[in-house]
Amino acid sequence: MEIFGRRLPAALSLLFWAAVWEIAGRAELTTLFPPLSSVLVRLGELFANEAFWGALALTARTYVAGSAIAIVAGVPIGLLMGRSGVLDKLLLPWVNTFISAPLSAIVPVIMAVFGFGETTIVLTVILFAIWIIILDARAGARSISPSLVEMAAAFGATRWQAFSKIYLWAALPEILTGVRLGLIRAVKGVIIGQLLVSVVGFGHLFEIYSSNFLMEHMWALLLVLFALAFVIDEGLGRIERKVEYFASSRN
Amino acid sequence: MTSSTNAPVTPARVEPPPIVEVRAVSKVYPGDVTALSAISLDFPDGQLTSLLGPSGCGKTTLLKIIAGLIPVTSGEVRINGRKVTGPGPERSFVFQDFALMPWATVLRNAAFGLELRGIARSEREAVAEGYLAQVGLKGFEQKYPHELSGGMRQRVGLARALVVNSAVILMDEPFSAVDEQTRRKFQEDLLELTARERKTFIFVTHSIEEAVYISDRIALISPRPGRVSQIIDVAIPRRGDADAIRRHPTYLDSVESIWRGLRQYLE
Repeated sequence: MEIFGRRLPAALSLLFWAAVWEIAGRAELTTLFPPLSSVLVRLGELFANEAFWGALALTARTYVAGSAIAIVAGVPIGLLMGRSGVLDKLLLPWVNTFISAPLSAIVPVIMAVFGFGETTIVLTVILFAIWIIILDARAGARSISPSLVEMAAAFGATRWQAFSKIYLWAALPEILTGVRLGLIRAVKGVIIGQLLVSVVGFGHLFEIYSSNFLMEHMWALLLVLFALAFVIDEGLGRIERKVEYFASSRN
Repeated sequence: MTSSTNAPVTPARVEPPPIVEVRAVSKVYPGDVTALSAISLDFPDGQLTSLLGPSGCGKTTLLKIIAGLIPVTSGEVRINGRKVTGPGPERSFVFQDFALMPWATVLRNAAFGLELRGIARSEREAVAEGYLAQVGLKGFEQKYPHELSGGMRQRVGLARALVVNSAVILMDEPFSAVDEQTRRKFQEDLLELTARERKTFIFVTHSIEEAVYISDRIALISPRPGRVSQIIDVAIPRRGDADAIRRHPTYLDSVESIWRGLRQYLE
């Protein structure tokens, strides 16, 4: 952005909206918007709160576990679908349904079966992440050059060898794209899961803050969650740029 | 069985026993497209036989059937008397588009056949290094395929086929994706290789000059449906100067007569 011929740093827009927030908050238009400065004070308090760190640890645990399961299960399923017509016909309608379905609506069902604990949150993470991972691994498996498939067969590869030594690597660029998108969706899953369960982790904190109209606390918590999602996304983007070299030179 | 052939009469000689026998092989693709119609063909041990024909005549299909990569509709292929039901260690394949693994080094690509067989790394890499040196790629072992020219990539493909030490090497238009100068050098190197390795080569090409230059025998395949129209024994002395072959009267006559035989399919 340029104003009067001077380039403005990108962070300036952040400062601008922070100022708008502060002014709107001080004008006391609504109790929903406390001024930013008081939210930041609460943020400092939040960091001193044991419940906050407990919630963060739970979030990290369930996020890592859910994402890992989604990747370990999703990639092979997608590869198998991409290489087997029968399996593809069997599973593709479901994958396509779930990838666009309003998944939050299923979480109460998981809750009913698995209770109000971490298991439900892990399953929610898997539910959000796995479909795009499957779909992209499948696309990768379908784009493998036919002659590489024939090469594997001609030199006597077993099915397992063909998958582990050829298909997985040939499909790697698409797999990594799917994993990145899946991990971003998993962030939504881990938050939505906690909000719906609402007796553990951040969901529990939100429940306490919103039922007591503690708007400053609530906004402080939201700031943390937004920052968390942003950091994860940015980190994944960096990793992906590193493997782009491989993706562009694979032909 | 009466055999009717319009091949030029060649002096009687002792044929080596066939290592690959193709018996009445037909291939019909879905949609009633007949690619091959009752082809029977013998491939003598230790010779280089070319399958020559225009595009779409089914020569690559026949090669992949021999490789066990494509199932037959009817008929059978026998290798050393044993019926082919799939790929096997006595055959290896050189692909038109090289089919190298871009994420693996030249060395790993060349040694891949042995890797699949579970041969220890040091052992298989020693074998692969030897063949890479033979095809002129010494010093390129740690490069990746995208760092090599097309011709060099196909040398990796050739080394990979040699490393598994199979009796039969199947080559699917291996030089069609490289430029003319590289192709000539390749053809000369292949002659040296066949003289040295004593393996059976089956070579698919659509180039008459290439087929006559490198082959002991040429099977002309006519299109729609694919069948063997003629078998030609190429009797050119191959010792000595590589360029002398291209000036040899038999070479020129063979090219000419094959061209006359094939041009009817072009109209």
